[in-house]
Order: sequence, then C-alpha cells, then structure tokens
Amino acid sequence: MDLTQKRYADTVVLSPVGRIDHSTSEGFKAALEPYMARCAVGLDRVLLDFVRVEYISSVGLRVLMLASKQAKTQGGSLGVAALQPAVKEIFDISRFTMVLDVFPSVRDGLARLSPPALAAFDAG
Amino acid sequence: MPADERLTVKFWGTRGSIPVAMNSAEVRRKLIAALLRASGRTLDTPEKAEVFLERELDFAVSHTFGGNSSCVEIVTGRRDYVLCDLGSGARVFGNDVLATRGPSGNTFHAFMSHPHWDHIMGFPFFMPAYASGNRIRIYGCHADLEEAFRGQHAAPSFPVDFSRLPAAIEFVRLEPERDYEIAGLRVRPKLQHHGGDSYGYRFQGNDKVVVYSTDAEHKLDDLAEIRSFADFFRDADLVIFDSQYSLAETTSIKEDWGHSSNVVGLELCQMARAKRLCLYHHEPVSDDERIAALLAETRRLEEITRGDRRVEILAAFDGMEIAL
Ligand SMILES: [Zn+2]
Ligand SMILES: [Zn+2]
Repeated sequence: MDLTQKRYADTVVLSPVGRIDHSTSEGFKAALEPYMARCAVGLDRVLLDFVRVEYISSVGLRVLMLASKQAKTQGGSLGVAALQPAVKEIFDISRFTMVLDVFPSVRDGLARLSPPALAAFDAG
Repeated sequence: MPADERLTVKFWGTRGSIPVAMNSAEVRRKLIAALLRASGRTLDTPEKAEVFLERELDFAVSHTFGGNSSCVEIVTGRRDYVLCDLGSGARVFGNDVLATRGPSGNTFHAFMSHPHWDHIMGFPFFMPAYASGNRIRIYGCHADLEEAFRGQHAAPSFPVDFSRLPAAIEFVRLEPERDYEIAGLRVRPKLQHHGGDSYGYRFQGNDKVVVYSTDAEHKLDDLAEIRSFADFFRDADLVIFDSQYSLAETTSIKEDWGHSSNVVGLELCQMARAKRLCLYHHEPVSDDERIAALLAETRRLEEITRGDRRVEILAAFDGMEIAL
C-alpha cells in the first residue's frame, strides 16, 4: 500500500487509501514501518490521515494497535485523523477510539500532537 | 433424523467465565423503567400487560440475558439429548428433563469445549446423573477431561464422589479435524487458541449446520488460521461465537486471554457466508443494557460492512431457542 506523506515541522502526515483488510494490511504494515521506526522521542510524530480510507477490518486495526504500542515504548506520538463516518463507527464498535488518539480532522490532530506542526500547517 | 424435523438450538447458559445473578438494584432499575413507560396506560389484565411487555419495552428492560455459564442444547428430533458444555446452565436443563421426561431412561451426549470450570461446573448439580437408568456420554478432545470431572466431585470440594453417581457415565475421546456420526449428527471438532486448548464443534444434521465455537482467540495476523476458521464456519446456519471482549481489548490488555470479539465473529461469518452469528460467552461484568448495546452495535457493523449477503446477528440469552 502506498502512503503519501507530507511533513509539517516535526510531524509526518501519512495518507493511506482504500480498504485496509486481510489482503492489504500486510502492505499497510510494511509501508508504515519506516515511519514508525522514527516515531520516537526527539524524532518524528506521526499522524495518519484516514480521509480516503473506506474500510478497516480487525487485522488493519491490529496494525494500528501495534504501531501505537511501538510509539508508546519509543516515547513517540501517533494519531489517527479524519475518519469517514463508516470507519469512525468501526473504530467506535471495536472500542479503538478508547485506545488510540483519534481526531476529527488533520488540523485537530496536529494541534494536539505538535504546536510547531500546526503552525506549519496553517502557514500552508 | 426424520426429514420433517428441523434442528433447534436451546441456550441454557450463555455467560462466560463465572455465573452471575441480577441483583435487587438491577431489578428495580428495570421495574422503574417499565413503570414509567406504562404510565397512563390501562394494563388491567395479564394479557394486556404481556402484550405491553413484548411490544413496547426494550429487551434489556423486559428480560435478562441471564447468568448461567455455558450450556447449549441441540434438539435433533431424536430421543437422545445433545449438549455442548456442562456449565451451570446444565443444572437448569437437567431439571427440565426431569420435569418433562421423568428421572430415568434418558441418554445424553455432551460435547465439551474444554474442562475449564465454567464449562463443567453444572455437572455436580445435573440431576440425571443421580438416577440409574440414565446414560451420559461425555465427548471431548482433552486427555484430562475425565480427571477434571472427577476432580470437582472429590472431597473436600463436593460431598458426592463421582464413583457414586448411579447413572452410566462414559467419557469418549475425540480427535480434532475428524468427522464422527453421533446421535444422528455429523460432528467435527477443531482445535482453538485458549489456555490449555479448547475445541469448537461443527454439527451437521438434516442439511443444517450449527457451529459451537467458544473460548477461542483468533490470531488476526495468521491468515492461514483465519481461513481455516472461515472453512470451519462455512455456510453454517448458526455460529455460536465467543464474543466476551471488544476487539481493542483482545489486541491490547487482554491479548492471549483466550477470547474473541463481536468484530472478529462477524468477519469470520462474512468470510464463511454463514447465515447467523450468535454472540455468546458474555462478559460477567456486562449488565443487560451493555449486552443489548453490544448486539445493536454488532447489527450496525454488519449493516455497514455487508457485502452481497446479510448475516443475521443474535445475542444468546438463557432460555433462547432458535429453530433452524
Ligand atoms: Zn469459558
Ligand atoms: Zn476457558
């Protein structure tokens, strides 16, 4: 799975596209790995922009859980933003909104993760 | 099985881990909710009250999911009884048999998922075991199944030793991934992830398929395993599924605790093109509102993830019957 990336100061915004299910989650995990390696204290913060994700299955959610655990042990920050309504419902029903940092929009996520990143985002 | 007989599944115990009972505070909450809904109505006959309860109150107000631990009956239309697990629900089942069929002359076939206490604890209170002339065959894949049953009858835990039970009791060791013909059903056990292992059972009779799969954790990153369970559930009319935890719990703090979630149950049923998913082995902490909400959420999840085929979602309660 391709992840387009945009950097705002110390924060990388990654944008997966389509369905994250049993057939694509391995690719999603692999694409995420290099960014998660740098998602650590003093390095990068990572925000996943989910605006173009149509569906996520249990195995995709598990990839997010593992990434979140990795971020925590490395002292980094990981957030997920801009869920489509159906995907937001999947997060709610699976209780992932209780264990991941989920934000209504990319801007909200940047505001929480990193003030310099928000400034860079607002500066366009 | 006669061709006109269907399979019916009766739930005698649906709670996971330990039996629970509703307390007075919960009963009062239900009564207050019901009385408020009834205010201004004339419910002056039992019939009117009955209709009001059925039509106007939510399930969680007018009913309870119940608190007995695992025990499910598969009614085949034959004289022999078929059960899955002998948790505390087996006590209620046994008493029902005494009341409807009498104390003796009955044969029971019980398929055991595993010997954890919540799945065997009904047996010391299973009255048919205390009458000679009853025959009880206990099937399972665990080598130590008989030992577990004998252990819970032994002093100092219980006053009647297993050896003194008058019924004819036999233990029958099954092997996973093999088909057996038992009590008019084709039965296939399957190994599942759980502390000390557990086994699911796929029952086929009269062109209907029931899968009993409790106390099972599913490793989401193991595609081969996911596929093998989709095959095990393939085209089932009913899948009885351990949904004790949320998906978030099973991938975080309760990983490797040996249970699954509504989300994974639905995904497996969708992959398997199963007709019905029944949420089972309810978390003991959950009250009726919480289980009802879990059911509503799972139905909603089915709606938003539906492909070309619908899966009907049910939540098991003590006393529920499903005719297939
Ligand atoms: Zn159990
Ligand atoms: Zn167990």
